[in-house]
Amino acid sequence: MPIFEVENMCRSFGGLKAVDGVSFSVESGQIKAIIGPNGAGKTTLFNLIAGSIQPDSGAVTFKGADIYALPPHKIAEKGILRTFQNIKLFPHMTVMENILVGSHRKMRAGFLQAAFPLPWTYREERDAREKAAQIAEDLGIDTLLDTELANLDFGSQRVVELARALAGEPEMLLLDEPAAGLNIHETLQLSEAIRKIMEKGITILLIEHDMSLVMDISDEIIVLSYGKKIAEGLPAEIQRNPEVIAVYLGTDNA
Amino acid sequence: MSFENVIQYFIAGITTGSIYAIVAIGFNIIYNTTGIINFAQGEFLMLGGMISITLVQFVPLPFAICAAVLITAGAGYLLERTFIRGIKNPTPLRMIIITIGLSILIREAALHIWDEKVRSLPYFTGNEITSIAIFGAHFSPQVLWVLGTSALIVVFLNFFFSYTTTGKSMRACASNRIAAALCGIDITKMVSLSFVLSAAIGALAGCVISPITQTQYDCGTSLAIKGFTAAIFGGMGSSTGAIAGGLIIGIIEAASISIIPLAYKDAITLTVLLGILIFRPGGLFANGDASSKVDRP
Amino acid sequence: MKKTRYISLALFAAGIVACQLIFTALGTDYLLIQLTMSAYYALVVIGLSLLMGYAGQISLGHAAFFALGGYLTAVFSTNQLQEVVSHEMLTRLSRIGIVYSSDAHDALYRLHPALSLPTVIIVTIIIAIIIGIPILRLKGHYLSMATLGFGIILYRIFLGTKVFGEADGISNVAPFDIPGFFPIGGESSFRVPNYYFAWFLVIIALVLLLNIIDSRVGRALRAIHDSEEAASAMGVDTGRYKLIVFIISALLAAIGGFFMTHYNAGIGPSEAGIMKSVRYVSIVAVGGMANLWGCLIMGVVLNYLSLRGYFGSYDDAVFGALLIAIMVFAPNGIFKKEIFDKIRHFVSRIPCRFSK
Repeated sequence: MPIFEVENMCRSFGGLKAVDGVSFSVESGQIKAIIGPNGAGKTTLFNLIAGSIQPDSGAVTFKGADIYALPPHKIAEKGILRTFQNIKLFPHMTVMENILVGSHRKMRAGFLQAAFPLPWTYREERDAREKAAQIAEDLGIDTLLDTELANLDFGSQRVVELARALAGEPEMLLLDEPAAGLNIHETLQLSEAIRKIMEKGITILLIEHDMSLVMDISDEIIVLSYGKKIAEGLPAEIQRNPEVIAVYLGTDNA
Repeated sequence: MSFENVIQYFIAGITTGSIYAIVAIGFNIIYNTTGIINFAQGEFLMLGGMISITLVQFVPLPFAICAAVLITAGAGYLLERTFIRGIKNPTPLRMIIITIGLSILIREAALHIWDEKVRSLPYFTGNEITSIAIFGAHFSPQVLWVLGTSALIVVFLNFFFSYTTTGKSMRACASNRIAAALCGIDITKMVSLSFVLSAAIGALAGCVISPITQTQYDCGTSLAIKGFTAAIFGGMGSSTGAIAGGLIIGIIEAASISIIPLAYKDAITLTVLLGILIFRPGGLFANGDASSKVDRP
Repeated sequence: MKKTRYISLALFAAGIVACQLIFTALGTDYLLIQLTMSAYYALVVIGLSLLMGYAGQISLGHAAFFALGGYLTAVFSTNQLQEVVSHEMLTRLSRIGIVYSSDAHDALYRLHPALSLPTVIIVTIIIAIIIGIPILRLKGHYLSMATLGFGIILYRIFLGTKVFGEADGISNVAPFDIPGFFPIGGESSFRVPNYYFAWFLVIIALVLLLNIIDSRVGRALRAIHDSEEAASAMGVDTGRYKLIVFIISALLAAIGGFFMTHYNAGIGPSEAGIMKSVRYVSIVAVGGMANLWGCLIMGVVLNYLSLRGYFGSYDDAVFGALLIAIMVFAPNGIFKKEIFDKIRHFVSRIPCRFSK
């Protein structure tokens, strides 16, 4: 029984069909990767799923509930959290505060409770901080907690973004090119981190250009080209699929 | 309402409307080259009016107006040079606050130079009681001066942006600053020029409208807001839109006087502004997608 | 973190008491009048700091909310109700005690004071919601212009409507009288309690806002300021948060205007003007935007100086110049370490310059 299903998703910009009738499903606890050449519509598909772009038509279900065309914060509330291709953190906040924003959906204190705090609000805040510190330790950024984000190097920022998403205890993670801009060493660390996340039973949907990373960690791969799904299968199958090879390497008669 | 009344309101509307259009074009020129909404745009009209009123006591009217336009253009250059150029991180919020501050300073300076009195330039031809009749409605010939000058400004700008190298360079800045800089266009110079040009056409508009609406140290703010409404109405950055927007706002305002009390005139224009910002932020003529850039002069 | 906050609050309260004691001892307790008024203005300023500094949403129309609170209570308490409500309605309302006639012989009615504050609060919330929902979707220039437009519309309505006294405003507003409590008004015998009442309000508001800032909500607001897209991807309902902050800041402004009007026994249209809105923005800018304490202190100092007439005929010019100076040289406010560093660096180099 798949935890997450996308059916016949469509979105066009002007005359361009950026995502054209894509359907797929993700099993619980699986790592599924979406690959495809530049401009294939991967990020658009992600934004459609995460609610930051409105789809033209289609259907999305998560744990049996309809989440089609919900606004981003509703999707996050359902348990789907994401990272961004070009890191979107909060530069004027510390690493700790950034991670704590990730816990937002797991906390309850609203305006009234914040203005008139009760014992449980203090407890909630303390627990969230402890949890954030734990996540930071797991990912090896516990020494950076009090640093302002603007002072971090790129690699650490990627990790903080991952930590922020994990703090929300997601049931499914959307990772948009997590390895972009990382060196080989950092990429290895990242794949290690993703494995750890998977061990916690979190389902992962991933866009990635780094083929070695994709082949290494994903259970299944979807290939997009010009907004359409052209292949889906195990990494080994995808590697042998002639259509995929044609898309990536070009064919003589193309 | 009689036919004469309709004509009367219509002409009054397009007269003030053409001034709003010029203010709106002033906004657009600076907005297109810098992305800044120059809130002090209305103050250029006030300065133009005030300076020419002072000078006309010593020199003939045409010279006074020319001098006022040049001095205001110089002031526009100084503003850009002193307060805008040095800003390294020009967020929209920061820039709008700076130009609001500038508009307050110019206004307060004007208050101390010229006091609170309401002044006006003499009528360019005839006097207060001279009138011409069109379809049975009576107007001051100054109306023709306003409409004629506004039309001239529009034609001139059109020519400037379409046929001169400098004008084309400014348009290049507007569509892509980095690309323009790579092509060897001096961005700093273009930004200065946009302020000078905006100030100059503002000052000229301030002179021709002065006999009709009169000039006071604080008349700039309301002109700026009406002009901004016109610019938004026509789609920020679009010149033809600005003209249409200005005229429509002018006519709405003139017509509103016959229906609701005069005291609420400004409130009507601003309600229009809010309505457009909320429902059609890309302007009335934009087709759906507000983010698509509109046409250029 | 918490400890420093309580120390700051205690110091602040001590300062308030000290001012009163010193001024009374020196026989200059008329200075408390301006300090009381500054306190009411400070309510607007700290609310605006939450909206602009923390949530990152500019408002160039907050004076309108201040004036709204003031004008409404002025209308309710100056027997002007017959201008807007029919006579039969008023008699009926007076029978159930909602309105009462101050004088048995005439038919002039005012709203019961216990009802006027709740009415002002409800009306302000309604207007803030009606205005806030559409315009908070806007950003940058458009948001500034829309809030400015909203401010001017209200200003024009106050200026042009008979029941609001047109250009003269409304005067002879009675003190806000709650039985068993001293009247909130300008009477000199109640000057000191009024002073403490105003500052009590400010401290309450300050504590509530500080609590909000130090919570999950405050973090969400700052996140919205930095990146709305990322905030909403983490589950923050950005539209709702912005609206609530807008309402809170509007309420603080309206409550400030409410008590100020009773304290001054009147209100005029200039309280709603653009210049007032710009003044609040410039105080928040000088105070450091996302710095409640800085905004509070600058709000008190600048308003006090202005009310005492220190800026003379350059009153507006001072705020205009401050606005430019801050935005050009120190867009993060003046209570920042880097500014002190710059000054220290500058000063420390003076001897070298002379020695050369």
